[in-house]
Amino acid sequence: MAGTTVAAVQPKRKGWRERREALHAYVFMSPVILGLLIFTLGPILVSLFLSFSNYNLLNDPKWIGVDNYVKMYGERLFWQSLRVSATYSVVSVPLGMTIALFLALLLNRAMRGIYTLRAIYYLPTVISGVGVAMLWRWIFNGQYGVINTLLRNVGIKGPNWLLDENYALIALIITSVWGVGGTMLIFLAGLQGIPAEINEAAEIDGAGRWEQFRYITLPMISHVTFFNLVLGIIGALQVFTDAYVITNGGPNNATLFIAVYLYRHAFQFLNFGYAAALAWVLFVIVMMLTLLVFRSSPLWVFYEQERQGK
Amino acid sequence: MMTAISRLFRTRTGQERLMSLATMVVLLVGAVFILIPFFWMISTSLKKAGDVYIAPPQWIPVEPQWENYVTAVTRLNYGVHASNTAIIVVCVMIGTLFSSSFAAYGFSRLRAPGRDAIFMVLLGTMMLPGAVTLVPTYLMFNKIGWVNTFMPMIVPAFFGNAFFVFLMRQFYITIPKELEESAMMDGATVYHIWWYIMVPLSGPILATIAVFTFVGTYNDFFTPLIYISDESKRTIAVALTYFQGSPRIGPQMHLLMAAVTMSIVPPILLFIGAQRYFVRGIVMTGIKG
Repeated sequence: MAGTTVAAVQPKRKGWRERREALHAYVFMSPVILGLLIFTLGPILVSLFLSFSNYNLLNDPKWIGVDNYVKMYGERLFWQSLRVSATYSVVSVPLGMTIALFLALLLNRAMRGIYTLRAIYYLPTVISGVGVAMLWRWIFNGQYGVINTLLRNVGIKGPNWLLDENYALIALIITSVWGVGGTMLIFLAGLQGIPAEINEAAEIDGAGRWEQFRYITLPMISHVTFFNLVLGIIGALQVFTDAYVITNGGPNNATLFIAVYLYRHAFQFLNFGYAAALAWVLFVIVMMLTLLVFRSSPLWVFYEQERQGK
Repeated sequence: MMTAISRLFRTRTGQERLMSLATMVVLLVGAVFILIPFFWMISTSLKKAGDVYIAPPQWIPVEPQWENYVTAVTRLNYGVHASNTAIIVVCVMIGTLFSSSFAAYGFSRLRAPGRDAIFMVLLGTMMLPGAVTLVPTYLMFNKIGWVNTFMPMIVPAFFGNAFFVFLMRQFYITIPKELEESAMMDGATVYHIWWYIMVPLSGPILATIAVFTFVGTYNDFFTPLIYISDESKRTIAVALTYFQGSPRIGPQMHLLMAAVTMSIVPPILLFIGAQRYFVRGIVMTGIKG
């Protein structure tokens, strides 16, 4: 209110006021603008340039055209790293999201101890990192690990998880499912945004639990599912710590994620040009998948405004 | 008895009660699966060296070896790595809280040409794989001599974080403008308004961001892995990985697990303290918005 009065009294100084406001706005935004230029946009361009060059820190970058990309195309380990990351993403993202949604549905009710349970399920997210990765190494130990001990108790001889190329990736997927609490919490937030009256009305109309879930809950949390899916894909394609600490890409490159392959080329072989090219390939893959999800969203994501509009 | 049971299955309230019971059972079983690794970790950390590699294992050590923790702390130089980690975490928290709330004020309250475009670009960077900027950023820090210092971890925090700027902006938008307008009439500048009005009002959201930042920085492995080479400058996360195969220690799982247990205590304590922010409130509203 006060602002409009002032503006009305001093109509001639409006341009000056706007300019001053804009100036202040830029001051406030300056950390972010500088950060974008120095730590994001600048490096993106430099990285594109480097991907067409040969650079190992000792000599100046040498322009070699598309050689890095050509070399990549013929590299068996590059295709292996793509295969590993793709397999991991295709399994762990839907699996993790399904389990997260299931847990969120169960945890979305008033019950004694419900906050404690939610906290327990969220706990792994808070401590994810090297410590937990080392713990998993020990858990998956073929002879003395807790998983095979439990399996032995029910009469199953567990595999030598981390040393068996057929099981190492499965072990990492199990690890990822353990840390599903963040996704669960976001689903829970979505579920709590559904007004109770809608389900009550549906129930009066004779809808069963499954129909309510299928025709009310799922559409009403579809924007949350969308959010989780995008973040899930982006995250899964960039997994590094678990793969580096638990299996270090092995055995026999069975867990050679793109990020691990890239790390080796950049910081062990000092192939900075090749690493930059790898990063750009990863970038393009992530962009295309994200775009695909965004493009598909009108088919399955419903927003409040649309519903009200109809 | 039989009629009581059949009533349980047939009546509406009976079904409700059964569902509640089944839910509880499933959730408890799941919680056990979440907690078993922790139990196994603590159990191993308290064993004698000779009792670690035996099958079937002891679930609960007969004589808990508390001195394993002392041994782990001394052999790993845990104090040094903990203080390195603390320095980095504190600086990153200061930088993140300052830059995110400062920038968010500009994005939410002041009009300027291009403001919304800049904001969209900022949000877009959340989807950018870190790998793309990794190599040039490393080369830049290498050029200015910051490799093997804490600067590559700390300095970027002072330039805002897309997600936190977003959260702060969503929060500022909900604050009524009347407060600022009356302060403006009294001659306060926008910087006063930000510092004396907006910041004090944003306690809960700042706390949320602080917790996220703490957890993220404390657990960060990749950044210190590539930038730090001196053993005396390693953070806990990096030091742990060297603990495993180091000649000083050998494959002593009980000591490693003692170190891992200690390493997860700070985030767990913080999580318990700040639990209501995570599980009950702010985070969810932020994400929903």
